[in-house]
Amino acid sequence: MAALTDLTLAQARDGLAAGEFTSVELTEAHIAATEAVRDLNCYILETPEAAREMAQAADDRRVRGEGGSLNGLPIAIKDLFCTTGVQSTAGSHILEGFVPPYESTVTRQLWDAGAVMLGKTNLDEFAMGSSNMTSYFGPVMNPWQRAGDAAAKLVPGGSSGGSAAIVAARGALASTGTDTGGSIRQPGSFCGIVGMKPTYGRCSRWGIIAFASSLDQAGPLTRTVEDAAIMLGVMAGHDPKDSTSVNVPVPDYEAALGTGVKGLRIGVPKECRLEGTPAEIEGLWQQGIEWLKAAGAEIVDISLPHTKYALPAYYIVAPAEASSNLARYDGVRYGLRVDGDSPQEMYENTRGEGFGAEVKRRVLIGTYVLSAGYYDAYYLQAQKVRTRIGQDFHEAWEKVDAILTPTTPSAAFAQGEKMDDPIAMYLNDVLTVPASMAGLPAISVPAGLSGDGLPLGLHVIGRPFDESTVFKVGHAIEEAANFTATPQLMAGGR
Amino acid sequence: MSDLLKGRTGEWEMVIGLEVHAQVIADAKLFSGAATDFGAEPNEQVSFVDAGMPGMLPVLNEACVEQAVRTGLALNAEINLQSIFARKNYFYPDMPQGYQISQYEDPIVGEGEIVIDLPDGETRTIGIERLHMEQDAGKSVHDRHPTKTYIDLNRSGVTLMEIVSKPDMRSAEQAAAYVTKLRAILRYIGSCDGNMQEGSLRADANVSVRRPGEALGTRCEIKNLNSIRFMRQAIDYEAARQIEIIEDGSEIEQETRLFDSGRGETRSMRSKEDAHDYRYFPDPDLLPLRLEQGYVDALKASLPELPEAKKQRFMEAFGLSAYDASVLVAERETADYFETVAEGRDSKLAANWVMSELFGSLNKAELSLSESPVSAPSLGGLIDLIADGTISGRIAKDVFADMFETGKPAADIVEEKGLKQVSDSGALEAAVAEVMGANPDRVADYRGGNHKLIGWFMGQIMKASGGKANPQMVNQLLREKLDAGD
Repeated sequence: MAALTDLTLAQARDGLAAGEFTSVELTEAHIAATEAVRDLNCYILETPEAAREMAQAADDRRVRGEGGSLNGLPIAIKDLFCTTGVQSTAGSHILEGFVPPYESTVTRQLWDAGAVMLGKTNLDEFAMGSSNMTSYFGPVMNPWQRAGDAAAKLVPGGSSGGSAAIVAARGALASTGTDTGGSIRQPGSFCGIVGMKPTYGRCSRWGIIAFASSLDQAGPLTRTVEDAAIMLGVMAGHDPKDSTSVNVPVPDYEAALGTGVKGLRIGVPKECRLEGTPAEIEGLWQQGIEWLKAAGAEIVDISLPHTKYALPAYYIVAPAEASSNLARYDGVRYGLRVDGDSPQEMYENTRGEGFGAEVKRRVLIGTYVLSAGYYDAYYLQAQKVRTRIGQDFHEAWEKVDAILTPTTPSAAFAQGEKMDDPIAMYLNDVLTVPASMAGLPAISVPAGLSGDGLPLGLHVIGRPFDESTVFKVGHAIEEAANFTATPQLMAGGR
Repeated sequence: MSDLLKGRTGEWEMVIGLEVHAQVIADAKLFSGAATDFGAEPNEQVSFVDAGMPGMLPVLNEACVEQAVRTGLALNAEINLQSIFARKNYFYPDMPQGYQISQYEDPIVGEGEIVIDLPDGETRTIGIERLHMEQDAGKSVHDRHPTKTYIDLNRSGVTLMEIVSKPDMRSAEQAAAYVTKLRAILRYIGSCDGNMQEGSLRADANVSVRRPGEALGTRCEIKNLNSIRFMRQAIDYEAARQIEIIEDGSEIEQETRLFDSGRGETRSMRSKEDAHDYRYFPDPDLLPLRLEQGYVDALKASLPELPEAKKQRFMEAFGLSAYDASVLVAERETADYFETVAEGRDSKLAANWVMSELFGSLNKAELSLSESPVSAPSLGGLIDLIADGTISGRIAKDVFADMFETGKPAADIVEEKGLKQVSDSGALEAAVAEVMGANPDRVADYRGGNHKLIGWFMGQIMKASGGKANPQMVNQLLREKLDAGD
């Protein structure tokens, strides 16, 4: 039998059901794995004791013939989700030591389904970043290494960097992430795992520390498409406590996987052929097209003419909302407080010390674009662009059922690279941001390796609330790609 | 009537617009389920949303929307079927989110109007610019610790309606009449208790002055006026201040001012240059608020009769003067009380009794109408005794005083104290004969042409009867007997 940490979520679920091992055994294996890969710095807080208790409770439930669909399965939680009695920091000094007295809706649903929490994973501060380099708790290291270059520490992507790296390194069966402009899909691609961002409104945002409210969505990071379907089925659902969550039924995503892509129309947008894209990315995309064609899908050339405006518009809308969402971290009620002689000075001291450079940059950008005299030129204009991007997709759905692009314009880069050039860093999100701006479901599926042996993902975008088709297409790519490569830094070795 | 002010250099006209903040009566706050009762211990009525905890999200309370729409309808205003909640961004220690959720470009209620009643019985129509919903802030408490400020978030997130008038008022008196009428309307429909002392209703006044007929002058905004008396003082002071500045050859600077009720003057709080840039933008946590016309129509149909309509009806149905009617409709409770008293009775008599005897006694005793020892049916019973001649109007006043004291019904008091009017003509004739017989010189005087003396005779007989003699009958008998001897 394979090591317990090599199992997929689905295999582990079935193994528990068949009595092949207990949740306590499965959880202990993952706690040990976590220790083995601790150098990756995937976690801000490991919670092994809580994990053991939850695993025992899951085993007890199973003995009684009870337990939900994730009963006894150990997973990791991005430290952007508030968890009752467990420190929740958003990767920021300003929330260091903050212990929420409430549980986010998504994690509540996971625990209700019987999942076991291994810990709170590292992330870019307030989910602002594409490298996990902006975390106050230090960078996360990608478990993958460039072929022949073990010295270069690579980034796992971000902002859900810890969540992606720990799943890739076999430290957790699955993890939760959040995606605002690509924060699940890009680290999924960089770490060679599956990252799924559902439709905006599919998962409740209640209890998730906000970055950009109109874009933030929770989603799973897993090693297979099937696992992502299982996770999302539990995470999704209407929540009256989130006015933007949508009251539509959650279908059986797992059941949708096996039905194949025969007859599906797959759009290939010409605007995503970006200048300067490495040939290996272009090549992978073409390979994906061929795989889907071979599986019986019809390939349709489409146009999303406003794609090139998506990234600049995103970097107005997201910071604007963030500048307001982060105003509550003022040192008055919780988290860090650095005293001053006046309330004004206390705010300045607290926020000056509590926020890192990238957060400050975005708060400043956001404040600027909302200011009198600039609002119309920036924020309002960006919202108009956003509407146009949505219309582009809307028109595309008349011709196709899903859209295929690469996930990122490059493979994982080294820690420290692009740090002095925010624009280059922001370009990481160029292919993932359009779906975010339109609120559409999208998945990144590992599909191949770059020339220097790093994983690359393909990106499938679907219609609003049609995650089923996205999973289906992702599954077809997964089967065709047969991606079996594993990272160098992995629990249990290769 | 001229509201113009005399300056050293000629006449000036005051221009006033009011922004009234009215706390909505509702079971919970605008975006959270926390309670809103006045007088709770600090921070007892605070949800995680109200405290601005990380990851918390606002959920709109429908009851508050209903109150805002009802208020808009009561102001004869346009109801906007789509409105948008926006964030007003600024830092303040008792504002936990770092922004206030308000409505900016798309308020729930658009233009409307209020008819105000002036003391001379005249009315004036004041335009309403808009009404929008917003969250209240918490409270900073500075007097509990020498160096620290305490924060009470009970009020944080409570629903306010900001009701903005057009700059249609021309005197402090009109402004007072506007707030009085607005308050009456809010209380009629139960959307705000109108309690200015508890802060449920407070006003900001925009005041400017100009030469009659000229364009609007530069305005100053006086913040947080929490009584009508202070508002009048503040407006009058501010207008005089502005006139003096202009007459001295300077210009008014647009600014926000505070009223110091101790000194009776306004003083600068912040200038236009220091004004916040609130960076309003639509709140991404909330969807646009969309209402169905049917929903609005149903609320409209369920509105109670409003003060203005009631006033017109009282004038027509009861023949009351505009002034009396406006006094009686000022509070729904008063109007209901009056209607109960007037029902099936002489309405002018009812109005007089309510407005002079009842109000006078309540004022003297510092009681509100709801605390009145004399109920409306009970006062009606007293008026019935006057109407059927059981007691005279004069005795009725004594009976009323007794009723006010003891809470007993009029009939019981009349019975117990034997105050029933004497209308027995035999007894009255005897009394008349007795007084005439005892005062022959006055009888002669009367008969000599001094007919005014009839009043003296009346007085004697009423006194002798302890006020119980039926005055009409006594008067008639006296004339018969006195005139008979001419």
